[in-house]
Amino acid sequence: MESNLQPANLQPNDLLARAEALRRGLSASFRDETVRSIYTEAERIAQRAVQAKDERRWDLDQRIDRLITSPYLGLPLMALILAVVFWLTIVAANVPSQLIAKALFWIEAQASALFTTIGVPWWITGFIWHGVYRGLAWVVAVMLPPMTIFFPLFTILEDLGYLPRVAFNLDFLFKKAGAHGKQSLTMTMGFGCNAAGVIATRVIDSPRERLIAILTNNFVPCNGRFPTLIMLATVFVAAAFPPALASLAAAGSVVGVVLIGIFFTLLVSWFLSRTLLKGEASAFTLELPPYRRPNIGRILYTSLIDRTIFVLWRALQTAAPAGAVIWILGNINVAGASLAQHTANFLNPLGLLIGLDGVILLAYIIAIPANEIVVPTMMMVYMGTGMMTDIPSLEGLRALLVGGHAWTLLTAVNLMLFSLLHNPCATTILTIYKETRSRKWATIGALMPLGLAFLVTFITASIARLMGWV
Amino acid sequence: MSDACESCPANARLAQMGLKLENFDRVVALAGNPNTGKSTLFNALTGLRQHTGNWPGKTVTRAEGGFEFNHIRYKLVDLPGTYSLLSASQDEEVARDFILFGQPDCTIVVTDATVLERNLNLVLQVLEITDRVVVAVNLMDEARRKGLDVDVRSLARDLGVPAIAVTARTSEGIPTLLGAVEGVISGDIPTKPHRVQGTPEFQRAVNELAPMIESLAPGVPNARWLAIRLLDGDTRVQQALLNGELADLVARQGRADTSFSRKIALEGTQ
Repeated sequence: MESNLQPANLQPNDLLARAEALRRGLSASFRDETVRSIYTEAERIAQRAVQAKDERRWDLDQRIDRLITSPYLGLPLMALILAVVFWLTIVAANVPSQLIAKALFWIEAQASALFTTIGVPWWITGFIWHGVYRGLAWVVAVMLPPMTIFFPLFTILEDLGYLPRVAFNLDFLFKKAGAHGKQSLTMTMGFGCNAAGVIATRVIDSPRERLIAILTNNFVPCNGRFPTLIMLATVFVAAAFPPALASLAAAGSVVGVVLIGIFFTLLVSWFLSRTLLKGEASAFTLELPPYRRPNIGRILYTSLIDRTIFVLWRALQTAAPAGAVIWILGNINVAGASLAQHTANFLNPLGLLIGLDGVILLAYIIAIPANEIVVPTMMMVYMGTGMMTDIPSLEGLRALLVGGHAWTLLTAVNLMLFSLLHNPCATTILTIYKETRSRKWATIGALMPLGLAFLVTFITASIARLMGWV
Repeated sequence: MSDACESCPANARLAQMGLKLENFDRVVALAGNPNTGKSTLFNALTGLRQHTGNWPGKTVTRAEGGFEFNHIRYKLVDLPGTYSLLSASQDEEVARDFILFGQPDCTIVVTDATVLERNLNLVLQVLEITDRVVVAVNLMDEARRKGLDVDVRSLARDLGVPAIAVTARTSEGIPTLLGAVEGVISGDIPTKPHRVQGTPEFQRAVNELAPMIESLAPGVPNARWLAIRLLDGDTRVQQALLNGELADLVARQGRADTSFSRKIALEGTQ
């Protein structure tokens, strides 16, 4: 081919062919030489510019790393650190939660009384105060205190540089599951927010491994679901233990749920990489960042503004309409019972089959836009269906549910499992759709966890019944 | 604030402009290895609160923000952290496409002073593409704690572009950095980037291919770099040439596209 082609009739194919020909003229190791020359240059320039005075601090970092990422101690240490974080949250959030609940429901009682005295129709009072307001009050009382304690602690771990080390510890398990090692990183990111975790999978080159990471991200509880889990553990699991052990048992059960979540991430990844998404795991490098002193101002900003306010605001936006829907369902009577009761009764057999009940399932359906409001919704449904008439404190609530609604330890455990495994929130599903550009994968991403949640809770309920525990 | 303070260079020269991205005069890109503090620097300059975190791979899309320095308005583009510009994962491609086709007026490569050698690999690759580069040697505080002494003048001499010591967390060195960016853009600070020379045959081959690329995709910057990539058998660049994507990319990364920029910037603050 002529190399002096006229620009006017030059075609891309000609250019590529010419490049090909020229490449053959170059020595075979041309590519290696280019890369090597960059590396040797970088080394030479860096050596001239950097003088090391002493290596003490460096050694300390490495010594800590050897402990934290040790093959034997790494994972137990991770469980211990998580347990401490949850325990601190549970112990410290208990009292403020009760105070806030008492104050907010006192306002509800006063305001609705005032409305009645000045002659506002009962249904306006009910809709505003026992519907919308109550929804908001429950969300604030149940979610705000744990969040203001948990998020700063979580952000400190993130800022210190601990999360990539968690990823490092888990890497070998992902490799065994046929998934990409970086999935351990995107999974850890899911603890913050599943939608963010799904976006973070862009760091994975292989489309197959990226899809596995996207589809399984939901199995770690996000910042929105942590308060739910912590609250369930505090109110219901802890009740089954003597007071001295209560907070420890609650923290332990949240850690247990997180570990179960990691287990399901691996199990489903393993399953997918052997069925729908077959292939080998590819290699990668993971850089462990240095330990950095957390910046207090930034931690408070990130955890209180970015996380707490963000999560709370999102929850309130869904809780207000949810409260309204529940109040309407609870106050329209058909054939002697409210619509809410009819629906709950209809769902009850399915609920009981998986160790829950109809009210809980109804709450899950109403809370589809944001899973984090499931517990408040559940409380409202119990009240709205007339199954719980007065507004109790959290203590009283426990007594009522356990005593009056036949809640057992199985109900609490299965509720935690269901909340861990069921479909991702609407935002995450939308993110999966945007990232994969496929309705099929978004649907699988929503339905597979839901199916799994039913299956797992059905199994635990059946085992508990067969063994005669409930 | 008194007039004297207002006009004092130390106080008044940098104005954070957050998401006000209209009518900017200059575009500056922030590149660098993962976890070197690009987002921290981005926040310090723009006053935005792009989420920062101590782990690699946090920024996967590009975020944009604005600032004003010495009465010039800059648009700052925070790129995902990458180790190289040669590979093909989605985050590296975002960074590479922007440096290549976005035609930033200047690229700041943020490096980690504590592991400079590894970071210089990327610096050298960026220098292959463009000569308007300023190297920010970040995390100087950490380097000092580790007993490392980094001589930025030696670095600047070897690289042929300005190298500025900064600590983004405390905004130390930022006026100097911006002064260098201004100087490189205006030409007051001449640069002579370090480039891999290669054998005479290699140079001949590059010199033959580069004009062909320019005639195929008029207005493409960095024809020399693209020629090297073609000689290397980079399938991504081959593909871009064949399907006309190269011309598209040049057009799409055009800097007047402010509505797109704002959208990305808003996503970046979540």
